[in-house]
This record gives sequence, C-alpha cells and structure tokens, in this order.
Amino acid sequence: MTHYSMKHLLGIQSMSVDDIHSTLDLAESYAQLNRGRDKRASVLNGTTQVNMFFERSTRTQASFELAGKRLGADVMSLNVLASSVGKGETLIDTAMTLNAMQPDILVVRHPQSGAVDLLAQKVECSVVNAGDGRHEHPTQALLDALTIRRSKGRVEGLTIAICGDILHSRVARSNLLLLSKLQNRVRMIGPSTLVPPIFAEFGVEIFDDMKEGLQNVDIVMMLRLQEERMSGSFVPSLREYFHLYGLDEEKLAVARPDAIIMHPGPMNRGVEIDGLLADDINRSVIQEQVEMGVAVRMAVLHLLPRLRHQEGAMPLATPDQLGQ
Amino acid sequence: MPQFDLILHNAQLISPEQNSVTSGAVAINQGQIAAVGADIPLESGQKTIDCGDNYLSPGLVDIGVKIGEPGERHKESFGSAARAAAAGGVTTIVTRPDTSPPIDNPETLQFFCQRAETDATVRIQPIAALTKGRKGREMTEIRLLKDAGAIAFSDCDKPVRDAKVMGRCLTYCQSHNALVIGHPQNPDLSRDAAATSSALASLMGLPSVSSLAERMGLERDLALVEITGASYHADQITTSAALPPLERAIHDGHKVSAGTSIHHLTLNELDISKYRTFYKVKPPLRAETDRAAVVEAVADGLITVISSMHTPQDEESKRLPFETAASGAVALETLLPAALRLHLNDGLPLPTLFRALSYHPSQLLGLDTGRLSVGAPADLLLFDLKSPFTLDRHRLLSKSRNTPFDGQMLQGQVLRTFLNGQEIYRAAPL
Repeated sequence: MTHYSMKHLLGIQSMSVDDIHSTLDLAESYAQLNRGRDKRASVLNGTTQVNMFFERSTRTQASFELAGKRLGADVMSLNVLASSVGKGETLIDTAMTLNAMQPDILVVRHPQSGAVDLLAQKVECSVVNAGDGRHEHPTQALLDALTIRRSKGRVEGLTIAICGDILHSRVARSNLLLLSKLQNRVRMIGPSTLVPPIFAEFGVEIFDDMKEGLQNVDIVMMLRLQEERMSGSFVPSLREYFHLYGLDEEKLAVARPDAIIMHPGPMNRGVEIDGLLADDINRSVIQEQVEMGVAVRMAVLHLLPRLRHQEGAMPLATPDQLGQ
Repeated sequence: MPQFDLILHNAQLISPEQNSVTSGAVAINQGQIAAVGADIPLESGQKTIDCGDNYLSPGLVDIGVKIGEPGERHKESFGSAARAAAAGGVTTIVTRPDTSPPIDNPETLQFFCQRAETDATVRIQPIAALTKGRKGREMTEIRLLKDAGAIAFSDCDKPVRDAKVMGRCLTYCQSHNALVIGHPQNPDLSRDAAATSSALASLMGLPSVSSLAERMGLERDLALVEITGASYHADQITTSAALPPLERAIHDGHKVSAGTSIHHLTLNELDISKYRTFYKVKPPLRAETDRAAVVEAVADGLITVISSMHTPQDEESKRLPFETAASGAVALETLLPAALRLHLNDGLPLPTLFRALSYHPSQLLGLDTGRLSVGAPADLLLFDLKSPFTLDRHRLLSKSRNTPFDGQMLQGQVLRTFLNGQEIYRAAPL
C-alpha cells in the first residue's frame, strides 16, 4: 500500500486510476474493520485532523470525524460558518491561523468552487476537499464507486445514469470524472435548465426524458433538488419536477431488473425520489453509501502522505494487518 | 544655434498614420515633431539621441484606464498611474469614471482634473459617467461635463439596462456631439458570471455566461444607434459572434467603432484553469477561436482600438475564491510587450498594431496625438523589440500588481518615453 503521490486530495481530476483502485481496496478492508467490534486502527496516532466546514453539513462532517477518530487522529471540527469568517477574516487568514496550530490534515468544505484549491496553496499540511461549490466532492465519488463495486462486483463497463440538478452539483462532476476514468458509460438526465449540454463533450449521453435515459442502466444515481431552484426559474414547481424526474416504480421499470438506486443525501422524499423506493432494501443502497463513506474517508486519510515529522513517520499498515 | 531642440536618430520609425516602418530620425522643436525622415542633418552642437536602431513610435493612447481616484487611492493614484504609464510607453491615459464615487457631475470631474494636473506626468483625458451613479436611470449633465473636459461618456462595465434610458442618452449625446462608449453585454445573462460558458467552466463549477451575451448587448446598442444617429464606441469586443453585427453597422454608415482589450487578444479561457484570480477579467476570457477571430478583426481594421483596460486591484481583493475575487488586471506597463506578441506570434504588422494603440484612439477622441508626423505633439516611445525579459510583478510601478503576465517572457522593453519632447521615462541600463 503506497501513499498518494499528490500532497492533497482536491478532486478526482488529479487522481490516477491506480490512486482510485488503491483507495477502494483499502476502503474495502476498512469497511470490514468498521463492522467488527473494535473499530480502531492506529494509523494516524498522534496526528491532528481539523475539519473546517464553511458550509452546513451533517453527514459529511460526521463521516470525516468518525473516520479520523477510528484511525487514531485527534479530530477537531470547526463550524466556520458562525465564527471568524463572519467577522471579516478572510478564508486565507482562517487557514493560516489553523496552519499555525500544526495540524496534519485539513478537511475543508466551502460554498465556492476552487476555494479549497486556494486554501491548499497557503498551508503546509495535506488538504482534503470535502466539497467546494459546484466543483468537486471527491470522497463522495469514491464512496459511490465502492458501493457500486460491492453491489456489482466491478466499477467498469457499467451504464450509470446521474439524474436531477447536474448544473449545481459537485457530486455529479466528481462522479462523472471518476466513472469515466474507470471506463463506464455515464448518462445525465434532467430538465434542460439543469443539465449543461456541454457535458456531451466528455462523452456523456444527455437526456431530458427520464424513461428514455433510464433504459437498461445498471445504476440510478439521484441528486438532491434544492428548493431555491424554483425561484431561479429552473423548474416550474416541485410537483411538475416529481412528475417528470422523480424516481418511482414506473420509471425505474425500464432500467435493468438488477439496477440499484443511489442518492448522496439528504433526500427530498416525494421530490426527486419516491419514499418507499428509497427504503426498498432490494433496490436502494443509500444506507450502504453512508456506511462506505466512513470507510472511504478512512482510506483517504490513510493514503495521504504524512508531510510533517517525516523521520518519525508511522510505519504503514497493510490491509491484512488491519482489524487483527 | 542648432536648428532643433532634439533629434532622435538611427531609429526604426513606426508611422501608424502613413502605415509604414522606415529607418530615420525624428526632430523635435518646442514640444512638437518638427521633421521626420532619413535625411535630417546632424549639425555640430545639436542635441541628439542615438536610438541604436530600436523602434520609435508615437506614445500609446490608452482608452479605458481606471485610476483609483477618487475613492481607491490605495489601489492606484494619479502619481503611480502616470509613472506606470510612462514606463509602459503610454503618453495619454483616457480614464474611466467607475471610481467611487463615480465621476458623474462637473464638481467631481473638476476635482479629478485638478488632481491630474498636480500629480500626473502624462496626458489625462477623462471619460465621464453616462448616467448618475452609473445606475442606468437618469443621464448625467452631459453638456456641463463636456464643457468641464469630459472627452466621452460611459457607464463602463454596467451597461444601461433600460433601452429607453439608453436611447434617450444616445439622442441627447448626439445633439451635443458627445461620444458614448458602451459595454456590449447583456447584463441579465452575465449576472454573477465568473467565466465564459465552456466545458472547462462547467467542470470547474464556475457560474458562466454564454459568449452570445456580448452579441445581444451589442445588437441592442447598435439598434439604438440606428434610431438615434449617435456616435458609439464599443469598449471591448471579445467574441467572434459580435463581429458580423459590428461590421454591418459600420458598413451601413453608422458612427460606430469598436475596441478590444489586450487581455482578450493574448489570453484565453484555459488560463483560468487553476482558479488563478489574476486571470479574472470582465468580460471573462474567451475561447481560443474567439481570441483568434478578434486578432483577425484587429488585423482587418474592423476593431480599431486596443486598450489595456487597466484595472488595479489590491492583493486582498484577489486573494479570494474565484467567484468572489475582484475582476480586472493592471496593464499599463504590459500593454506594449503583450501587444507585440500579436506582431511576433500572430504576424500583425507593426503599423497596424500602432494604429490600434495610438493613432485610432486619438482620432476617435479628436486628439492630435498618436501620429509620427510634422506638427504633432512629440509624444514618443522608444522600445527594444529584440531582447526578451521576464516580467516580475513586484517591480511594476503601478500601486497594484495584479498582472496575469507575472513570470512570463515578454519582448518590447520600453527604453525611453517622451511627452511634448521631454523625456518622462528612461529604462535603467541593463
């Protein structure tokens, strides 16, 4: 198991196929560990992980926090929404302040595209992008890939439909990049106001008719529709949206019989997905996505290079040593 | 007594007016060009400068420079802007009114002109706002401002949204023989946009605007010009789609002209790929096909003016995530070397380039500068086209250092700049 050659995890775009595979392999073993009684590994003992969330998040923040703690890091979560940034301190000042506290890993979410890249240039430790604007959310794409692999036995040669508000979605972009790198066929389905046609340049097939788009797909990936899209004239109403793009039994019927349903959460039941379908344990892997989230983030934290204390660096655990 | 005050000899003379490059000398008397040619005798006792076979051209006339006065003197002052201009070979700065407060009344303009008089060593020609507060609702006191020295009227990067208001402004300006400078852009489409719509912008997750928003803005303005008969100059044409309507309006005989910015001629949308905010300009950088089309339009004379669109921004307003970072780049000191890339890389002839950098902007504004001809003011620029240099932004004379050319190799070092025959800049010897 070798560390990433890159210093930060800023996006899927900068990951090699090997990086992706080794993350998924290691995450698989952490998934096993997480189901055991003793969930602790000592890989990050003595290190400090700081989670900086400039945007509200429950699951991603909790997931990163748990991942760091299970690996033995001291984890601190800062909700920067309400703190100094509100007092006029800039993103960079906040980063520099935290940097001075000698953390080893910074996990950052920010509402603006590119903000995590900017911050990464100013600090010495490794930075993990936990979502920046509409740009990327790499750990979500990795956990989706792991979930797909566990369900389908592979993440290649599959047909995957990403449905809904693609325009504003970092999840869609990271998934597009990852799934394309691993040679899958990606479709995007949604109202034409929310699916930029330019994605066709990346080999994506674009549909505004959901039943057409879902024909014979292996994976149906739903995205959350933000309520404020109504006021921006992207879609006329929630009920028209659900009528056309809400996932229900009828629309799902055209997908492959073994197609699985995914959703990055939080869900709007009755807006983009029928509530009963979301809970159907035979079709929906939404809960497993959450579980794999912790495992993937443990793998990512594990694989980042340790930049401080080079000489005293912790010996790397191999997947076999874990959970013993 | 020698015949002339000064003779600049052994030079390659670029004459945009005559559309030529010839070897020879320029003689100066009482601040004016007194003779130009190959056969000016160098009498003994005559004050001369050997130009070392470098290029001598008219000083640049730069339409659309932002000076931080009033309101943002920490970003740029008359003193620093003038020093930067002189170092960049710019002898006439045509200033923008998008200051805070905007230059939208005769009193502010008077203050502005007094400050310019005291602190600036180059010529300053102010543009005044077209509407009060640049809000697009009520027109400014066009005639009083014109009498106080305003050379043109513009709301800069805030196009007048209401077509009726814009139409009335154009009608009124027409009757007072005042030039209106528009910013062709549909403001609704370009609201919040940080990039031009493209595959790259989509992947980067940046809010973007279609390049057609420029054509929409231009077509509206051109229709209003057709109705009113006003004189109209588009500040920056940056897309291929805007060229056919521009060409048609000029062909139909309307008093229309267009400029473009040096950044849109030399950079493209790929430059923002690392979220580098020094490449954030307004309108956003375009596709390479657009850049090439605009270069061709300059070569063909459809676009007649190249501007620096000098926009000083302090470090803090650029050290922000791309979407929130301020737009604009400083360019007074890089205008010439960047423009010379068009000669060196895109094959644009030097006289064509200098028509767009000095002759046409002067003609457009009714100034007598921008010519290498007898009787013109001796505003001159001597530069070395051969020796490359690496730009270090921290050595710029502008108070703000937000240039996209930092660390890049450039050619076209300014050696000396003259205003009215007086040397106002000389490069430090290497």
